[in-house]
Amino acid sequence: MPDALQNGEILAQEEPARAEKGTSLWKDAFHRLAKNRLAVGGGIFLAFMVALALATPWLAPYAYDAQDLDLGAAPPSATHWAGTDTLGRDLFTRILYGGRISLMVGFAATGVSLLVGVLYGAIAGYVGGRTDSILMRIVDILYALPFTIFVVILMVFFGRNMMLLFLAIGAVQWLTMARIVRGQVLSLKRADFIDAAVVLGYSRRRIILRHIIPNVLGPVIVYTTLTIPNVMLLEAFLSFLGLGVQAPMSSWGVLIKEGADVMEEYPWLLLFPSLALSATLFALNFLGDGLRDALDPRAAKD
Amino acid sequence: MPLLDVDNLRTWFYTRNGVVRAVDGVSFHVEPAETLGIVGESGSGKSVANLSCLGLVPSPPGKIVSGSAMFDGLDLIKAPLPVLRSIRGKRISMIFQDPMTALNPYMTVGKQVMEPLLVHDGMNRADATDRAAQMLESVGLQDAAGPEARMRAYPHQLSGGMRQRVMIAMALVTNPQLLIADEPTTALDVTVQAQILELIKQMQQRLGTAVILITHNLGVIAGTCDRVVVMYAGRFLESAPTRDLFYSPRHPYTRALMDSMPSARMPGEDLYTIPGLPPELTSEIAGCPFAPRCAHANEICRRRPAMLQEVARCHTTACTRVQAGEL
Amino acid sequence: MPHNRVHTGAGRRTMMPRSLALARSPMLELRDVKTYFQILRGSLFHRTTAIVKAVDGVSLDVARGEIVGLVGESGCGKSTLARTVVRLVAPTSGHILFEGRDLAGLSPRQMRKVRPRLQMIFQDPYASLNPRMTVFDALAEPMLVHRVARRRDVAAKVAALMERVGLAGRYMKKYPHEFSGGQRQRIAIARALALDPALIIADEPVSALDVSVQAQILNLIKQLCHDHDLTLILISHDLAVVRHLAQRIAVMYRGQIVELGDAGQICSNPRHPYTQSLISAIPLPDPDKEAARMQSGVRSLESGARESQWDN
Repeated sequence: MPDALQNGEILAQEEPARAEKGTSLWKDAFHRLAKNRLAVGGGIFLAFMVALALATPWLAPYAYDAQDLDLGAAPPSATHWAGTDTLGRDLFTRILYGGRISLMVGFAATGVSLLVGVLYGAIAGYVGGRTDSILMRIVDILYALPFTIFVVILMVFFGRNMMLLFLAIGAVQWLTMARIVRGQVLSLKRADFIDAAVVLGYSRRRIILRHIIPNVLGPVIVYTTLTIPNVMLLEAFLSFLGLGVQAPMSSWGVLIKEGADVMEEYPWLLLFPSLALSATLFALNFLGDGLRDALDPRAAKD
Repeated sequence: MPLLDVDNLRTWFYTRNGVVRAVDGVSFHVEPAETLGIVGESGSGKSVANLSCLGLVPSPPGKIVSGSAMFDGLDLIKAPLPVLRSIRGKRISMIFQDPMTALNPYMTVGKQVMEPLLVHDGMNRADATDRAAQMLESVGLQDAAGPEARMRAYPHQLSGGMRQRVMIAMALVTNPQLLIADEPTTALDVTVQAQILELIKQMQQRLGTAVILITHNLGVIAGTCDRVVVMYAGRFLESAPTRDLFYSPRHPYTRALMDSMPSARMPGEDLYTIPGLPPELTSEIAGCPFAPRCAHANEICRRRPAMLQEVARCHTTACTRVQAGEL
Repeated sequence: MPHNRVHTGAGRRTMMPRSLALARSPMLELRDVKTYFQILRGSLFHRTTAIVKAVDGVSLDVARGEIVGLVGESGCGKSTLARTVVRLVAPTSGHILFEGRDLAGLSPRQMRKVRPRLQMIFQDPYASLNPRMTVFDALAEPMLVHRVARRRDVAAKVAALMERVGLAGRYMKKYPHEFSGGQRQRIAIARALALDPALIIADEPVSALDVSVQAQILNLIKQLCHDHDLTLILISHDLAVVRHLAQRIAVMYRGQIVELGDAGQICSNPRHPYTQSLISAIPLPDPDKEAARMQSGVRSLESGARESQWDN
């Protein structure tokens, strides 16, 4: 703790050039996170999966659509680490490429929901009053729409394409994000430092962007890491229904569907994609839980 | 025969930044039906000392490293949890500073006052309800509609002063032998504070409860306590009957505290402030903890550990120089 | 000519000695300011179910360079009055003349231009600083936003500000939670000074601090007022604190000023019964006096209706 000065006098001054660095609350939180082994493990695993996904074009032993009809569905072997599917395509390769799609959808859709949700919630919460009521009633109404039907309708009208998939999923997830952010903003609004910002003559825009949003990021980050698994499951679900990614591209959801179809005869076709998806979801959940504990403002109080 | 006899209590906190010696060798006693005041600034350890006696110090990171607290022949420090639980709320009660958070927002006031009776005295509901209503009335909570209406109120419907009265009711309903009041009026307005302090005094006289009053406000001490102990950096620096402490303080810190109260100076003059800061409790302090800030400190003060010694009847001080007759 | 006026009704103006009135025009004139809050119910169509009259007709003049104390207990409306003057809250009626301009009718945009001249210090040093911003950010932002400084010289100005409140400039990169309560309050004071205001309202600036730190901060405030010829409205529930700095004291009760006058007079010779009860309730660090006070004072245990301002 920096020394207080004796009765208002100033201690010997050093050159302002080398100002002492402070420890932000983020650093504190990071320390706490680093102690949580499950969370760290989850984080490392996640990083590993992302790295794999990015490096897939160079790593994959086969082309994702390379068929080997003579071979057909074969169990794991030295040449095909996860076996092959009914068309002789290497499952390991397809899992790698599937991961690319699944993770991309997961992050992208979450990104959309983050952007829209945070802004929407922050504005509703800060402006308050009738605006808030109206904005939130819109959220309530949208919440009531059955998601699947909504997506199906979208797909029917606009055809099946990736962009649409992102948007559709993001469009649903932002609702909860908006609610969470709004709640945080409402309690933050009463904080004296927000009043101080008003008294200092800052514009509403500056207050929302520079003062409110950085202070709601904690729960937002946590919720984001827990949204990604949701989104991936959603995508898997859509693919399961046949509404998601189109063949010959695949996502983990598609692979799981295909595997489930032939589960009794070729169990590995279900096993490996499921393992990949589950492991990733676990990692995300552990990381999310760890972040939530680490970012708890009460733990940061001195 | 003291009601509570604390001897050489040490409570340390093991944190990432080191060992914080919050209470470092503290001994005191409370006689039945007397009011003991513990005065000190925040960080002096006064709350921790009392929480230690009741086993309420979170551990980890806290740990009671040494000491005993004899209460009616039983050492509270070594007592097992079930025994402590039977004493807490029944024979030793505690009230806290912030009435907002000390009451359960989901329970009516009446239920909260009844609870100690049901848990500790094994009363049946009907008797407990009557007793609770009586208690609420004697602490001055009245309602034009009758005591039942007050029983059914929720904490958020009451003002700060009224909530504090409820706390007092809860604490005293089982007729405890000792009441520990930790800054009970700090969060209250001054007129309400006066009423609450008077209430505590009246209840004490009526029930014969001993009271430990913890506060940083010297005015409160002057009006309510029989004896006072001054605490600083986890240790006691002076202890005396109230009049003696105020009219002939025997420790530089006590004098400095009295000097720095705003009413001590003529308006317009600068307020006297004690230079420097309280010491970091993470390092072992050789000598007197107040020495770095004391205007009268000499080498011996800095080196020799400061121990309480009697310098006048019932008046002890830990100042080496006062003990030597130099101040 | 009496300085005191005991207010029995709402909206009586204070009397200043004529000589003073001529010498300086008031920096702040409050004319029958009322701030009422409506308790609203309903999630879409808001209906008013009750009205809380937090400030109920306050009139007060504050002269340039003066320190006025505003004293009252919780619920009396002093904080709401402060927030009304600073326009954190819009007054329901009345006029707030600041340097001749009526703030009551200004739009937020117009108000923003006035703000640099009118600043506020808040009670809770833990809550009044943005925990995610360094001291440097917190002090530089107002100067940059209002173009009092440019990026290249703002660091030097921040360091100078910190020194003025007794903090070493080399700590500017630290975060609020790394400082003690007293130090945080110094930062808050520095921030209020950043825009070189003419009038500062300090809402319970030392209530959340330790007693020995209170003294330091009060001395600092006194010194700063003197050095910068600041006008200060000091709000506190602690009469002793206010008495130490203020030349005049206003006593508030239930939204109105019930007594207003010279600080020494109010403390030694209070006229209004509420002021009298307030003063008699203050515990003195003098056991004999306290014992005497307890004997003679009539203090009832009946709290009931009187204590709580808004029973549901």
